[in-house]
Amino acid sequence: MALLDCENLRKSFFGVEVLHGVSFSLDRGRVLGLVGENGSGKSTTMNILGGVLRRDGGRIRLDGADYEPRGPKDALARGIAFIHQELNLFENLSIEENLFITGFPRLGAAIPFINRGRMRRRARELLEQVDIRHPPGTPVGQLSQGERQLVEIAKALSVDARVIIFDEPTTSLTRREADRLFGIIERLRGRGIAMIYISHVLGDVTRICDDITVLRDGAVVGGGPVAQMPTERMISLMVGRTLDQLFPERTATPTDTPVLEVRGVSQPGVVHEIDFTLHAGEVLGIAGLMGAGRSELARILFGLDSFKTGTIAVDGVAIEAPSPSVCMDRGMAFLTEDRRGEGLMMHATIADNIALASLDEYASPWTRFVERTRLGDEVGRIGQKVRMRAADPMATLVRHLSGGNQQKVVLAKWLLREPKVFILDEPTRGIDVGAKFEIYKIIDTLVADGAGVLMISSEMEELIGLCDRILVMNHGEIQAEFRRGDFDSGRILEAAMRRRGTEAAAAPAAAMREAV
Amino acid sequence: MIATSIAGEARPSGPRRLLRHLLFSEYLVLYLSLAYFLAVLPFVPQMASAEVMRNILSDMLPLLVVAIGQTFVLIVAGIDLSVTSIIAMASVVGASVMTGDGGYLADSALAVPGAMIAMVLVGLAIGAFNGFCVNRLGMPPFIVTLTTMMFFSGAAIWFTTFHTETSSIANLPHGFVVLGQGNLGGVPHALWVVAAVGIAAHLVLARSVLGRRLYACGQNRRAAAVSGVPVGRVIAAAFLISGACAAVASILYTGRLQTGTPILGQTILLDIIGAVVIGGTSLFGGKGKVLWTVFGVLFLVLIDTSLKMLGLSLFSVFAIKGCVILLAAVIDAVRTRYAARF
Repeated sequence: MALLDCENLRKSFFGVEVLHGVSFSLDRGRVLGLVGENGSGKSTTMNILGGVLRRDGGRIRLDGADYEPRGPKDALARGIAFIHQELNLFENLSIEENLFITGFPRLGAAIPFINRGRMRRRARELLEQVDIRHPPGTPVGQLSQGERQLVEIAKALSVDARVIIFDEPTTSLTRREADRLFGIIERLRGRGIAMIYISHVLGDVTRICDDITVLRDGAVVGGGPVAQMPTERMISLMVGRTLDQLFPERTATPTDTPVLEVRGVSQPGVVHEIDFTLHAGEVLGIAGLMGAGRSELARILFGLDSFKTGTIAVDGVAIEAPSPSVCMDRGMAFLTEDRRGEGLMMHATIADNIALASLDEYASPWTRFVERTRLGDEVGRIGQKVRMRAADPMATLVRHLSGGNQQKVVLAKWLLREPKVFILDEPTRGIDVGAKFEIYKIIDTLVADGAGVLMISSEMEELIGLCDRILVMNHGEIQAEFRRGDFDSGRILEAAMRRRGTEAAAAPAAAMREAV
Repeated sequence: MIATSIAGEARPSGPRRLLRHLLFSEYLVLYLSLAYFLAVLPFVPQMASAEVMRNILSDMLPLLVVAIGQTFVLIVAGIDLSVTSIIAMASVVGASVMTGDGGYLADSALAVPGAMIAMVLVGLAIGAFNGFCVNRLGMPPFIVTLTTMMFFSGAAIWFTTFHTETSSIANLPHGFVVLGQGNLGGVPHALWVVAAVGIAAHLVLARSVLGRRLYACGQNRRAAAVSGVPVGRVIAAAFLISGACAAVASILYTGRLQTGTPILGQTILLDIIGAVVIGGTSLFGGKGKVLWTVFGVLFLVLIDTSLKMLGLSLFSVFAIKGCVILLAAVIDAVRTRYAARF
């Protein structure tokens, strides 16, 4: 008998049914991969399991008994732990305090003081199980993202969780940290713990899961053992059609006209002697591992961070005293990797977000009032161009949109300025396959119209599929350059991981996976 | 909870729909004011008299001007505690310029305009200092304006001692006093001034580029910076506007009292911030309107007036005022929670 058995789960929000009878089951010591586009019902299903939402219909059996959680705490007490994408840790508290925040060991039943000694001993045991070597008293704020993820797992183990749900656990992890996480998942599986793994990174899903369930539009559309579910099949099930191609045909070829010339840009400890030219009509990719200095370079180019030496020129004219507004006046645009933190005003409308970077262009010269009709028309036009799916851009708040549509809002904000140089930092992170394709098409149209695009990405496949040229960064320097037709994921990775000094190349397993 | 709201969605009955409409209306605080007015009317029927109405209006005016300035600062997720010290400082500086007892411009034709310009300059200067500390030194607005409040409250008293033996600077020219008390075509001068400030402030916030940028800085400062918004200048502008508005309020208060006094406005700081927040402007930035602030000030002055007229002792006035403000805050919290559902 399966450990967890979900049958015909139904859920409606405000009269609209979003789950139409989802069924799946999970055995001890198995990892179930749950895949689907944004909005396919993965999160709703998991929130029901984790006790965050109540189901409207169907039944769940845990170990043969009916399972009806009254809340997240109840779910946890029954042995179902939910590790959210955004971790629920207190950065100001220590690891051990985080582990026992819901129930500190006390000195005695009636004594309201924490039994520090017992807490520490128990914390050590738990941390050992997830391979964390820091003392339990270390503040969580000092841990890397990957280690924090492991602390969350230790927390689940502290209550003897039988089922652990992971929601996009690798989004903010480096490859190395992700590998470490997968090692731990392996180990937990050996101990008979069942896990549900949600991710857009299908390579990871294939690697660590035993079974796959594909959701689309709130229903299970397919599934089975991982061996019978190659990536292409998962994708075609997810999007409901066969995607002949993951990348659009590029419609233009690069010209010889330079639009952005970077010469000898250095900032000690960040980037060193960066030299490259971006041409009109070109998509220039920047590959590299996390921490290689790619995002830092982008911020320097857009005037957000300073640099010590070197020049940056747009259309052959150097930019003096770069700042975002100066760079924008010269035709630059910058999509940041942190969509929520730096890209959007989450509580503002779509239209307000799109207009933000173009207010000066739509101000009447005398009163400095925004010409609302003209701006509104343009915002509508650009919204259509990026195929924004929202009822009313003037009223819909950005926080109600899916990740893909949010990213389109950021794109639309910059497209409204008709940029000549567009810097994109991880433009498709956390976005489903369908929306990714649309974003690629927008990029293609943009360069076909004569702009140059500088694209930073951690997805090798995406760089190879879209770029005309790829620069590889490593330790703040450009290590290698590859031209289209000459792309070789193995060699690109080799350049990205080449170490200075004694440290050898990173694990070949990580290299393989990144290449897939 | 969800189930009931679904039912509400499917068959919105009349009263229920009205309640929802009221709850989400921009005019909620105005409705609350009206409800409050009707509720206290049986106990103090004089509330409805023309004279009391006039008093309510004239109590509202200076408070409203400072509160409008405060709205700008709250929108960029700041706070300006120094407004009361600006009122005091501007009052004594203005009085020292124009007083008949040895003022800098005593008996000159320029006395009144000179004094008013000096007062506004005081407001702008303190506002500029606040903005500088927040932007350039990266200090939290609370601390910056707390210290400027303390410093200039003291400085105002110190400044007064140079000009008079008593605690305030009297003998202000007639042309100035008229501003606080006279009227033009039956409408008090103060109302003209406040209406002009209010309309200008509304247009800036709702229509201008600066307004959009103020909201953007309050909503997400980092996203604003990446989108080319000159965040430092926008925040500085908010503090300058707040300082200038406080100075205008000082002109109105000083004119009404006919003396420049360093303790002017000392007790109204919480009324100012309270009125803005009751109106619906968020302390966390990104949200606020001039109209909301008008309603907030109306609500607060209404409560004050009615409680005074009920003849309650000072401490019970405070306690009741606290309760009513709490109630307004609870209603706001309820509606925010409801709004999150949609």
